[in-house]
Amino acid sequence: MVYGILVAPFADMLTNPRFLAEVLIGGVAAGLMYSLVALGFVLIFKASGVFNFAQGVMVLFAALTLVGLMERGVPVALALLLTVAVMVALAIVIERLVLRPLVNQEHIVLFMATIGLTFFLEGFGEMLWGSNVKKLDVGIPDRSFIVAGIQMNQLELSAAGTAAVLVAILAVLFHGTRIGRALRAVADDHEAALSIGIPLKTIWIIVWSVAGIVAIVAGIMWGAKSGVQFSLSLIALKSLPVLILGGFTSVAGAIGGGLIIGVGEKLAEVYWGPLVGGAIENWFAYMLALVFLLFRPQGLFGEKIIERV
Amino acid sequence: MIYREAGQFKTSYASDQAIFPIAQDRWVVVLAVLAAFLVPPLVANEYWLQAILIPFLIYSLAALGLNLLTGYAGQLSLGTGGFMAVGAYAAFKLTTAFPGVNILIVFLIAGIVAAAVGLLFGIPSLRIKGFYLAVATLAAQFFLVWLFNKVAWFSNYASSGTITAPPRTVFGVMVTGPGATASARYVTALALVAVFALAAKNLVRGRVGRSWMAIRDRDIAAEIIGVRPLRTKLLAFGISSFYCGVAGAELVFLYLGSAETLAFDVGLSFLVLFMVIIGGLGSILGSFLGAAFIVLVPIFLTRVPRSVGLDLPVALQKQIELMVFGALIIFFLIVEPNGLARLWQITKEKLRLWPFPH
Repeated sequence: MVYGILVAPFADMLTNPRFLAEVLIGGVAAGLMYSLVALGFVLIFKASGVFNFAQGVMVLFAALTLVGLMERGVPVALALLLTVAVMVALAIVIERLVLRPLVNQEHIVLFMATIGLTFFLEGFGEMLWGSNVKKLDVGIPDRSFIVAGIQMNQLELSAAGTAAVLVAILAVLFHGTRIGRALRAVADDHEAALSIGIPLKTIWIIVWSVAGIVAIVAGIMWGAKSGVQFSLSLIALKSLPVLILGGFTSVAGAIGGGLIIGVGEKLAEVYWGPLVGGAIENWFAYMLALVFLLFRPQGLFGEKIIERV
Repeated sequence: MIYREAGQFKTSYASDQAIFPIAQDRWVVVLAVLAAFLVPPLVANEYWLQAILIPFLIYSLAALGLNLLTGYAGQLSLGTGGFMAVGAYAAFKLTTAFPGVNILIVFLIAGIVAAAVGLLFGIPSLRIKGFYLAVATLAAQFFLVWLFNKVAWFSNYASSGTITAPPRTVFGVMVTGPGATASARYVTALALVAVFALAAKNLVRGRVGRSWMAIRDRDIAAEIIGVRPLRTKLLAFGISSFYCGVAGAELVFLYLGSAETLAFDVGLSFLVLFMVIIGGLGSILGSFLGAAFIVLVPIFLTRVPRSVGLDLPVALQKQIELMVFGALIIFFLIVEPNGLARLWQITKEKLRLWPFPH
């Protein structure tokens, strides 16, 4: 047993490096998907201190809207624009109906409100666009090719590229623009930001809109990979441990945490899973986060301040 | 006029601190509990008992458990389904290993097992709270369900992986298994809920409950006045998991009859959380109101459109149900964070002044 846990998996890795590389690439690909969801979450948390449980379902909702529009014969570019419009409208509605009445409430209350939002959007999206699995095809090629004997997938590469571009854009947005400065000010201290004339409501709408647009990107990637279906919102729960690993306020942390979780759970599943009957992917991420919480609660890249008793 | 406390004088500290200090309340509750024991078994048909009343009682118990943890002690948990699964599987293992033991005692021991597991997963709550804790409890949820699914020992190596309630009797009456009547199962569930609700009510009024609320409201101040946060929080986890464990055992033994791990997935955790929020965070009565609400909404959604000649497809009902639950959560958090229990309280206050507005 000890041999099986401590020695055999590593021996496997060493004797078959090509397979190891494929597992790693699969993990990176899955991790990037988690990261994209976590990214939207970090944005909202940074600017408004809301733990947005609904980010996962926003991804689903965005993908559903896009697919639904395209199924009705709307060309891709127009459908994308319309989806962006829908997500911005959603941001405005959420700000008006959920956030504004709950301003100054405890974090935990806002968190529970976003759980309510999750269920509402899930029912709403399913009612609007139907509940069957849909294929999303926005023209990203899904061909596999072989580099140095390792199988790679073009879709996964484009996802990685998109994530990188997205992070770059967000970094510029946060650190190089007026709006970004306002966002950071609001994140630091609501009242101080208000008192120097930063319009809180507008900032919230902007942030939720940006999170919505990030959700569209994540939705496109996921939809292209595994089809648009309602189990996506469950996979999105995986972004929660990603956040704990990466820290709630760090964009880099969302990406790093996603990669660690993605690679870690694939490795665990492939090499250690068979020892205990498999399917440990379901909980491995959470357990990793749990262990992490005990030793480094602020995450890898998070700020040191953490609420604890 | 109907509801008056005028003329009801308290002459001792004990009577002032009674659970129901007003005579009308006392009588209403006593009569309601008596009626609950006597009327449904005599009047209600199989459908009412089986599809509405028994699940209502079991969900009430689970909501009660989560309310102790989330409503009173302020620790958010998304792992209720996992702890209920622990109770269910523990009860199954115990009663198949020791068939002679009274099933009620099996339920209690199953609750204790669940409490032990709850304590284990409550340990992270010593250092973290709020959202972080939600993730820690999600870990419990997914891990426990996976464990019961994968390790065949828990289901006695059944090839289907399901656990089935064996026939067991209490005082000579069959209460579980296929041979038990709905009335017998109903009365068993009701008796357990009544005892546990009374225990919970007394618990939250006493030293333990007040220290939970102190931690919930201002943890640092509570620590300064001498509440030990670690012990208090762990106790909340333990007792809450005990309630959830018993509810989980009842879910399989008194309601479903047989179940697999799917019955305890993360959806169940959310359902119980919704009961607590809609019913009223930090209220014993609220746990019952919330459970009743959540059990009745789907039935309402099937019945009402049909009665006006509109036949909604099942999928659409499910979607509307999700939307209604989601919207209600937000509505209650914004408008009435104390939930249905607070609405009931307002009604009582209005009745006290009726027919005068002020």
